[in-house]
Amino acid sequence: MSKPAAFDIPYTRFLDPEGRAIVPVPAFAQDASALIPDYRAMVLTRTYDAKAIALQRTGRLGTYASCLGQEAVSVGFGSVMQPGDVLLPTYREPGAQLLHGVTLVEMFLCWGGDERGHDFAGPREDFPVCIPVATQAPHATGVALAFKLRGEARAVVCCFGDGATSKGDIYEALNLAGVWQLPVLFMITNNQWAISVPREAQTATATLAQKAFAAGIPAEQVDGNDLIAMRHAAGQALEKARAGGGPHVIEALTYRLGDHTTADDATRYRDDESVSRHWKEEPIARLRRYLADAGVWSKGDEEALIAACAKEVDAAAETYLATPPEPPEAMFDHLYATLPPSLAKQRAALIEEAAALIAEAKGNG
Amino acid sequence: MAEVTLVEAVNMALAKAMADDAEVLVFGEDVGLDGGVFRSTDGLLARFGAARVMDTPLAEGLIAGVAVGLAAQGFKPVAEIQFMGFIYPALDQIVSHASRMRNRTRGRLTCPMVMRAPFGGGIRAPEHHSESTEAMFAHIPGLRVVIPSSPSHAYGLLLASIRDPDPVIFLEPKRIYRAVREEVADDGRALPLDSCFTLREGGDVTLVTWGAMTMETLAAAETLADEGIGAEVIDVATLKPLDMDQILTSVQKTGRCVIVHEAALSGGWGAEIAARLAEEGLLSLLAPVQRVTGYDTVMPLLRLEQWYMPSEGRIVAAARRALEYA
Ligand SMILES: Cc1ncc(C[n+]2csc(CCOP(=O)(O)OP(=O)(O)O)c2C)c(N)n1
Ligand SMILES: [Mg+2]
Repeated sequence: MSKPAAFDIPYTRFLDPEGRAIVPVPAFAQDASALIPDYRAMVLTRTYDAKAIALQRTGRLGTYASCLGQEAVSVGFGSVMQPGDVLLPTYREPGAQLLHGVTLVEMFLCWGGDERGHDFAGPREDFPVCIPVATQAPHATGVALAFKLRGEARAVVCCFGDGATSKGDIYEALNLAGVWQLPVLFMITNNQWAISVPREAQTATATLAQKAFAAGIPAEQVDGNDLIAMRHAAGQALEKARAGGGPHVIEALTYRLGDHTTADDATRYRDDESVSRHWKEEPIARLRRYLADAGVWSKGDEEALIAACAKEVDAAAETYLATPPEPPEAMFDHLYATLPPSLAKQRAALIEEAAALIAEAKGNG
Repeated sequence: MAEVTLVEAVNMALAKAMADDAEVLVFGEDVGLDGGVFRSTDGLLARFGAARVMDTPLAEGLIAGVAVGLAAQGFKPVAEIQFMGFIYPALDQIVSHASRMRNRTRGRLTCPMVMRAPFGGGIRAPEHHSESTEAMFAHIPGLRVVIPSSPSHAYGLLLASIRDPDPVIFLEPKRIYRAVREEVADDGRALPLDSCFTLREGGDVTLVTWGAMTMETLAAAETLADEGIGAEVIDVATLKPLDMDQILTSVQKTGRCVIVHEAALSGGWGAEIAARLAEEGLLSLLAPVQRVTGYDTVMPLLRLEQWYMPSEGRIVAAARRALEYA
């Protein structure tokens, strides 16, 4: 009897942690200066991330989930997305969101607890950050089905984490995408942790990528801290999807260098030593060394970039902080296409209550 | 006796139940080494070991379903859902199985499980972390829905829920997890389920509430007292099955009733209480029942959530409205 099926999970890495190319880099990376925009996007992402944490610590932002250490994953697939593609992000993919046209101000508003942060001016079809883990995966399959039904050469990127792969939603979404050959890239950002639960306690499978095989979808692992590898793998997968070649799964291997969120204290469940070890593999220093060795990036370039990113992020934070909250009745104004009369009564009562409370506060103040 | 917060009282009750009964198991996401994201299971892993305190994979439907299986085998699972906003994948297991197992097997298989979940707004949390959908569960026949309002109630009601032979949805008002400290004796004494608690006596108006809203409601009662109005405050505590007797007895005395909850108005559990008052207490009522609730809107993100939450002022105003009827 012949073997019914054979499975193979390729692993891609071009740069080692020191930023040296260990195998010939793909064509898009042969002129190293072509990678500078991605490098800039990674530094901008990290600058934004640090600012968000600082704002939360000083009571000016809600709970925030840092993407520290994962910038190459997000920027890698984000940089090969086209404007017509659709992104369904988790809370840890601001790099891709930025590259796909979401603004820093929108992202601050979102974490600041203002729904307008989900009303993207740029990528009108992108989904907002999804908080209930894994529930976005079936949406991604639905968006991909829409593209297929209309015969459009567009692709979907659906992000989720290692923990999310334990939820049935993921398998269900993969399964349909596989059997109907839908144009979607399922992007697993394996940062080794789901809050306090380590990757090995989440599932007994040797890789997360292999879960794709249960749905008949090809899959691969990528060094998620190697921007070139990320961009290469995601670029191929998206091209294939747009050309009608069906879905793909990428498991990006990276590491969550920060706490789960600003409400978390990771020292309760992991030791500093393992975190320090992973700092040696982090993606930004790695790409910087590669660019410097190629002679396309200088100390002066670095200083100028850091200053420019700080300026851009600070300006966005100022704009966010200077944006007054919506009036209370905004909670009624987007519930339905038109407000039912029974709700108009509640809306009026809220306006009255708010006016009274504001007057009272002014009287006391 | 220790002065503890509500979340510490939950922890105390879990430890007590585990120490007393080897069949009690605690599991869920991050309940082990991390001790739960609110620390309600802090120290349980070290004390009772990994065979009784288990971090599960990230899957709420699984957590509920595994609890049903364990319960049918005679264990007493106490499963944690990290936030109520993530309990919905578990609904299938709760509605289709946990609540019905006893009935459909005529008592051969039962479901003595507890599902704990923090709920409610007012902590500046991200999206999906602030809703109050207790009425969805209270609607389901065969379930108990229990909500503590203080450290001592958390301790006594959680112990009672774990010892109860039927499934209990135990919803913890996280806004008051650390709001007050109270002396709670770790004596293993349970409080009665299926019974309201009268938190304050008064003869002029009955204020009915549960969970975190007991804070605003008690404050409103204090304000009303300054005006010479005696407000009786009833904490429903077990929403299902509902102890209407205590509420009716109070309303027979006061003739007026204000129901307060954080959840949206329409189909909230206040609607059930108001309906029962109409059926069984209409002739005692001197004024229409007033409801002070969240609006029929999606729970706003943190910048607007303060406007959604019922305030002390709205409760006082509703009581005054009820008192305007001669
Ligand atoms: C359905 C659901 N359950 C629980 C949570 C609470 N929670 C938020 S993030 C998280 C861990 C997610 O881990 P992973 O998928 O690896 O993503 P990461 O946070 O590491 O990016 C949990 C349990 C949630 N948001 N949604
Ligand atoms: Mg993870």
